[in-house]
Amino acid sequence: MEQVIANGLYLGAQYALIALGLTLIFALMNVLNFAHGQMYVLGGFITYTVYGQLGLPFVVALLASGVTLAVIGALMEKFLFRTVIRRSHREESTMLLAAATAFFFDAVILLLFGEKQRGVPKIVKGVFNDAGIIMPYDRLVVGALAIVFIAAFVLYMQYSRVGRAMRALAQDRVAAQLMGVRVDRYSMIGFAMGAMLAGVVGGLLVTITGVNSGIGGPISIKAFLMVMIGGAGVVGGAIAGGFILGMMESVGLTVLREYGDVTYLVIFAALMVFLSVRPNGLMGKPWG
Amino acid sequence: MINRRSTLKSMALGAVSTLAIAAVGISYAQAENKELKIGFVGVTSGPAAAWGTSNVRSMQTRAAWINETGGVKIGNDTYNVDIVTFDDQKDPKRAIAGMEKMAQEGVHYVVGPNVDDGAAAVRPVAEANGIIYFPYAFPKALYQKPASNAVLGMIANYQSGPAIYKYLKENKGVKKIAFVAANESDPLSQRDGGVEAAKALGLEIVAQNDTYQNDTRDFTPVLTPIVALKPDLLVLSGVAPANAPLLIRAARELGYEGLISTETAQDAKVLEEGAGEYANGFISVGGASTPEIASDTMKEFVTRYTKMFGEYNDESNTKVYALEYILDTLKANPAAINDVAEFKKTMDTFSAPNPFLKGDAKLGYVGTTSFGQKRQLSVPMVVNEYKDGAFQTLFVGSVD
Repeated sequence: MEQVIANGLYLGAQYALIALGLTLIFALMNVLNFAHGQMYVLGGFITYTVYGQLGLPFVVALLASGVTLAVIGALMEKFLFRTVIRRSHREESTMLLAAATAFFFDAVILLLFGEKQRGVPKIVKGVFNDAGIIMPYDRLVVGALAIVFIAAFVLYMQYSRVGRAMRALAQDRVAAQLMGVRVDRYSMIGFAMGAMLAGVVGGLLVTITGVNSGIGGPISIKAFLMVMIGGAGVVGGAIAGGFILGMMESVGLTVLREYGDVTYLVIFAALMVFLSVRPNGLMGKPWG
Repeated sequence: MINRRSTLKSMALGAVSTLAIAAVGISYAQAENKELKIGFVGVTSGPAAAWGTSNVRSMQTRAAWINETGGVKIGNDTYNVDIVTFDDQKDPKRAIAGMEKMAQEGVHYVVGPNVDDGAAAVRPVAEANGIIYFPYAFPKALYQKPASNAVLGMIANYQSGPAIYKYLKENKGVKKIAFVAANESDPLSQRDGGVEAAKALGLEIVAQNDTYQNDTRDFTPVLTPIVALKPDLLVLSGVAPANAPLLIRAARELGYEGLISTETAQDAKVLEEGAGEYANGFISVGGASTPEIASDTMKEFVTRYTKMFGEYNDESNTKVYALEYILDTLKANPAAINDVAEFKKTMDTFSAPNPFLKGDAKLGYVGTTSFGQKRQLSVPMVVNEYKDGAFQTLFVGSVD
């Protein structure tokens, strides 16, 4: 059981980090970024290229993933989403745009990086094996880094000027604008941060799970699940959703293994019941 | 007067003229050869993209090679081979659309689809439109009478599995076996076939219900309970090349010390990058490129493929064969070029030298034992063991 809990906590930390960027973009712009998984994949491939192929230090690769995705995110917001939000009053327009960018990224990534699964050398070798728990050291490092990133993100959002402005935007876009918050500027920063988070997580996890061009869609779906559990647009909700999903997966795969692949069936069924009782998730607000 | 607009206009006209002259030149140079369209319907995007991509790239490499050396002579005519491709995205509905496209283009020979449900879905379209297709899917109904238009392009798991388990039982002392498969039709049917084969050999099955979502990225929770059962052999039934290194790595990191095998083709580079030394000893089924058996033609194919696409895919060791079989069968009976009934007749007696293997190996259609008719390509059943970045031949078997 110790192993099951350890697996669940590790998965939870990993998932929470994946969901953060998605929920940030949703909170700021009311945009469901279907391309979040593809951004994660792109971040993974950049780290693969810089660290795995060029042989540069892992930190440089991680930085390259984060910066590249931040730039891509900023450009997407400025030239795509801002224009669509301004010109269309229908919310589904941004969803369609996000879906289109996801397909576009899928095609570009396949073209640039090929169809094969890619991996990089482990950043830390060895396996922790004590007290009934087996956990490779690189997972411990990634798990710890995930928690550090989550904490840094929460503190940044809570106490920095940019963070406060973005929270104000998330709470009430019009009121924030009336109070002098530069909506366009902070929307762009928020989108860039969300994309950067996806890129950094992709870069971080390529050391554990590798990356391939086809996993963007499934990653996005898992991120949506976490956001639905925790509450759309709430940072704390995304973190809680990540840990809950990680633990449910770990426990389900052990307890229900004799019945075949019913773990996700149970998770989806439980989610449907849960959402019918709490449609806004654990921490979501009815007004968005 | 020269202004910006007229300059741009002149440049555009110049570019169009150059392209037109080039196009005329090229078509004139190739005018002597007729065109032979061979189709591909399979998955070249998404998580299973590696399966179809290795297929289509093998075909494109071989076609380019043939065209470069003057084309293929069938009867009194010489043809350039044109590969018509369609990405079915592993979706049976799209596979049907792909096969319909092939019918509209007058294609009679199609390689693919890559998975069970796609191969089953296209059957009515292929049969109604006179198309012979070469799936990489294992349901026996596709190849048994009354079906007659599908030809299995590789060794099926129910053919390779028993041979592998028998070898490991006799040579490595395997007694306890565990199966894990993705929750999809192909891997599950391969798992069921593997379980039957293991039972027939008297092996103790310690796990057979464990499955995972195909998009799983972290297999530690999946494998934790299986590793605790300490099997001698862990079979990754129908595992996708993207998942194999992750499963191997997770099992080894959890302390698993037994053997790991699969009946699907894998890629050595992917295993090396994803699992490193943990992949040493991993057993899979390959084709014809291990140094021990590859001919000079196979080596040149690998070189050309690498030059064309930047990197070779070891799955192509098996997938190089389908196009060769189609062309050689048409050479043996030129009447089959537009008449698949003639092709079927020729299959019963067809034999030609195997260009990809050393020695005097032959190409021929097999499958009588498994399907009651010759509806399978005879490709060498090369059981490989991965070691330090490359595959080594463990043993070579055959199917009749």
